[in-house]
Amino acid sequence: MSNSTSEYADTWKKPAFIKNPALRWSIYIGSIVYFVLALGTMEINWTRVAEGIPRGMTLLSKFFPPNIEDSRGVIVDGILESVWMAVISTIGGILLSVPIGLGAARNLSHKWVYLFCRSIIGVSRTFPEIILAIFAVKFFGFGPFAGFVALSIGTIGFFAKLLAEDIENMSKSQAEAVKVTGSSWLQWINYAIQPQVMPRMIGLSLYRLDINFRESAVVGIVGAGGIGAHLLTSVQRYEYDTTATILISIIVIVIALEYTSGYLRKWVQ
Amino acid sequence: MPLIETSDGPLWKRRTSLKQWLIWGAWLIGIVIAVYAWKLISDKTIWFFVADAPRQMVDIVTRMVPPSWSYMDNLWRPVWDTLNIATIGTVIALILAVPIAFLAARNTTPHKSVRAVALFIIVATRSVNSLIWALLLVVIVGPGVLAGTIAIGFRSIGGCSKLLYEAIEEINHTQVEAIEATGASRAQQMLYGIVPQVLPTFAGVGVFRWDINVRGSTILGIVGAGGIGVQLNASINVLAWTQVSMILLVILGTVFVSEYVSAKVRHAII
Repeated sequence: MSNSTSEYADTWKKPAFIKNPALRWSIYIGSIVYFVLALGTMEINWTRVAEGIPRGMTLLSKFFPPNIEDSRGVIVDGILESVWMAVISTIGGILLSVPIGLGAARNLSHKWVYLFCRSIIGVSRTFPEIILAIFAVKFFGFGPFAGFVALSIGTIGFFAKLLAEDIENMSKSQAEAVKVTGSSWLQWINYAIQPQVMPRMIGLSLYRLDINFRESAVVGIVGAGGIGAHLLTSVQRYEYDTTATILISIIVIVIALEYTSGYLRKWVQ
Repeated sequence: MPLIETSDGPLWKRRTSLKQWLIWGAWLIGIVIAVYAWKLISDKTIWFFVADAPRQMVDIVTRMVPPSWSYMDNLWRPVWDTLNIATIGTVIALILAVPIAFLAARNTTPHKSVRAVALFIIVATRSVNSLIWALLLVVIVGPGVLAGTIAIGFRSIGGCSKLLYEAIEEINHTQVEAIEATGASRAQQMLYGIVPQVLPTFAGVGVFRWDINVRGSTILGIVGAGGIGVQLNASINVLAWTQVSMILLVILGTVFVSEYVSAKVRHAII
């Protein structure tokens, strides 16, 4: 708030969000220049857009009302495959994450183990699940097994990171108390560390199940199993009523999973 | 923690037996689910290919080194496109997310039914993956950067609105009341009482979402929606593995830079 006159303030100006005027103006001018450049280099084919609008309308009209009839009997099958793929890859991912998370906790492990585990987490976090799925398909062949591998590896970047951070933030006195009883390393982990991180980890695994289902619905686009392949085929064949049915089922399952996992997480914590 | 008296003296246990049985029951259900899911997946797997995987892996990895450094000349444009998809998509999302957030927040919504609609928009946009949005938008507006930008924008509405409306619900009401007491209209109350309080959150959400969107926009090219994914897909299809490894390095670099920038900016704001 700045006083404009020296005698008595009779006007008031809203303080700016960025206080330094030089920084503020350079950010304003910089963003304008950027947007002009970005929009200028964007190649948009307006005739193609105009052609596509009626097609978009057809697609939209198929949602109201949706035709729930499963014309080739593949939708239910694909959706179930996605769901079970999400379940098993969450479990597999957590099993892989626990040792890596323990190794990536600075207060538990040796410096080299720490760096090794952190770099696994870093790589898994960087690449989107779809890119992991492309490679899993190349390595393991088409089908849900590739999706399982890709999503399990994707889970490591999320779960092991949070597990390691949780272990680093735990209360030290409890860990010490168990250690002085002369426990072995495994007993120490089991009685001093596991009870401290467990409630949050159960919550996070349910949250990850949620994320994994969203991903398992699309990895089929690159051939890694689940409903994604049927979705891609239906769009390519202009079978928009199938597309609408698949999308509605995905949305319904995601919303159902989100509410269930939210409810379960509240109940666990 | 129950103590059980035995002939050898008291025995210490961690849990009561009922609680222990419940925990074992939960484990049993979990294992049954895992085995069932595993069986379904393994029935659909051709194990011959899986057994062949180590050989394939070695083969592809040896073909990937060294990365084709000269291919970088063809990648500057896709990287620029990818960043534009993420940035402009985030801007679109923020522009659309602000009104939805004000309609969804309990203290600023005009009516309960409006709030329900706003919440539905938030959940629905969030539950559809950006790749699916891109797939549909390629059909409507044609392949290219525009489809990717709109896809990223739509996908991000939900995430941005959700964080924004939670921030709006948690504001300090005395400031709004103070402005109301000066005789300000409802719009003025929002502009001078609520907006300054949520502006830092707004900027933080924007940067946070931008970081996620950079990662997301690297793959949209797989369905033809622009960005570096187009090159990735093309190189994989023609088995040009040295180009693939170059593209992967570029994605790795882009994501690291965006993560660094977003962490710095958020640190400066908050």
